[in-house]
Amino acid sequence: MHVTQGTFSFLPDLTDRQISDQIEYCLRQEWAVSVEFTDDVHPRNTYWEMWGIPMFDLRDAAGVMAEVRACREANPNVYVRVTAFDSTRGWETVRLSFLVQRPANEPGFRLDRLEAEGRTIRYSVHPYAADQPAGRRYKPEQANTAPGDRR
Amino acid sequence: MANSNVTKVRDAKQRYKSGVIPYATMGYWEPDYQIKNTDILAMFRVTPQEGVDPIEAAAAVAGESSTATWTVVWTDRLTACEIYRAKAYRVEAVPNTGPGTRTEAQYFAYIAYDIDLFEPGSIANLTASIIGNVFGFKAVKALRLEDMHIPVAYLKTFQGPATGIVVERERLDKFGRPLLGATTKPKLGLSGRNYGRVVYEALKGGLDFVKDDENINSQPFMHWRDRFLYCMEAVNKAQAATGEVKGHYLNVTAGTMEEMYERAEFAKQLGSVIVMIDLVIGYTAIQSMAKWARKNDMILHLHRAGNSTYSRQKSHGMNFRVICKWMRMAGVDHIHAGTVVGKLEGDPLMVKGFYDTLRSTDTQVSLQNGLFFPQDWASLNKVMPVASGGIHAGQMHQLLDYLGEDVVLQFGGGTIGHPMGIQAGATANRVALEAMVLARNEGRDIRNEGPEILRDAAAWCKPLRAALDTWGEITFNYTSTDTSDFTPTAVAV
Repeated sequence: MHVTQGTFSFLPDLTDRQISDQIEYCLRQEWAVSVEFTDDVHPRNTYWEMWGIPMFDLRDAAGVMAEVRACREANPNVYVRVTAFDSTRGWETVRLSFLVQRPANEPGFRLDRLEAEGRTIRYSVHPYAADQPAGRRYKPEQANTAPGDRR
Repeated sequence: MANSNVTKVRDAKQRYKSGVIPYATMGYWEPDYQIKNTDILAMFRVTPQEGVDPIEAAAAVAGESSTATWTVVWTDRLTACEIYRAKAYRVEAVPNTGPGTRTEAQYFAYIAYDIDLFEPGSIANLTASIIGNVFGFKAVKALRLEDMHIPVAYLKTFQGPATGIVVERERLDKFGRPLLGATTKPKLGLSGRNYGRVVYEALKGGLDFVKDDENINSQPFMHWRDRFLYCMEAVNKAQAATGEVKGHYLNVTAGTMEEMYERAEFAKQLGSVIVMIDLVIGYTAIQSMAKWARKNDMILHLHRAGNSTYSRQKSHGMNFRVICKWMRMAGVDHIHAGTVVGKLEGDPLMVKGFYDTLRSTDTQVSLQNGLFFPQDWASLNKVMPVASGGIHAGQMHQLLDYLGEDVVLQFGGGTIGHPMGIQAGATANRVALEAMVLARNEGRDIRNEGPEILRDAAAWCKPLRAALDTWGEITFNYTSTDTSDFTPTAVAV
């Protein structure tokens, strides 16, 4: 399966050039960009691991791209996303968030159904990968090249 | 303005002599009135009856929407009646009306109301005055409420949107692009089981939301519990298939509040992120559901069913922008507010005024967009506008350009009518959308390069190619009835 979280998941994986253009856009809006990664891609896993704090004072896309590459290298074959924060009054939230790496093999999710009273069913979405302990969910040897390298 | 030397009678004995005197002299016309920053302001388009002076007509509107009756009453003198009287303070001719034009003379009448005329936190009370008896008043041939200014002091007595754009996006984990939806079709007649099939296919294919239509409640072909159960099966199955948060607007509209609460509770119990109501349930019911939604972590979608009965014609009724204001105060999270390019009424300038009203923290006067007053929204949450009705993937560049990214784009026919099936229809829309946002962020001129951007994406996305082949040329070029009175260059403030 193909996890479709993030703003551009229905497009072919973005090249580094495309990622850099989106980062440029975020910096033009004066948003702070950060890099996050996870091996738990449950749709309600809000808090991915932070690759450092948001880069509030880094206004150069090339610098942000260096962090993206460093995060990918240190965390091959898991999910990595770029997230942009807007501190403007009335927003004060994420304004753009898109994947910049995904595992080569995405096993997907099991839907658990617990039959309850009447015809009610309690649903639970369970990532198959989460059956393994954190850090061992996506095997490094399956590592694909980072999408950005497939220009 | 004719007759502008009318002044109110200041001598109390004269003023309260039994009998009938003009509203303007009763104290409902005060051209020198100093607006207080706690006043509620309203602007009406007035078409006076033949022979009625525009200032007298404006004063009559002020009178009939506040304290007046047709004759003098001595009991006014038991109150601080000067405060409770609404004051017409400005009357001006509407451009392009009156002698020498095709439209009879109309006037914009500005009226100020003291905040103490209204109960805190009650749209019902506010509207009982502002659009109450006055609309049937004989001295005016037609009357239309064009805009209102709500002071911060009064806004703060309202909850506002239960969730708002910011928190809705955080909960759904969807940022930086419009959300995508569709209304299940055919809107009436499907069984619960067949209905859920449409929901699953559309969500799995790439939509964020599917929606009940306004008139899907609990009918012989599909009772509400059945619909809720099958829809939530579809939502959860699609979540597992995509790893994304998905939703279906379960319409809880019913004949009584008790029924609506029961349906909303069931939706919550089944894990739905969103429920839906129709405008026709009434202002009080809407406020009640907004409170319920805030308390139960639920997004509240409002379908504007019924609004065109009073908002479409320019001479009488009320402008939809006022409905937008009231609904933001009442506390809905979504409201249908026009597409510009689709099949339903929507002039681009007017639609921009609606969208700004729903989404801004602060709006300035913009006569061309129909915003006659500035409005500070006092930190009330933002409402997500919904664009629905006759839109398709081939218009994606126009939709993004006109409507921006904080909007739900609903492609009902444009998803379900796709030649390759519902999933393909949803995928076509999602790919078109993401390709357009990517290109816009890259700095491309989507208004002009849009068709090319879509063609490039269609080169690798077969469903999008099929969508463009089917609907690429479909447009709805009809003249709008609710249009701006001011040309874009004539912003005179």
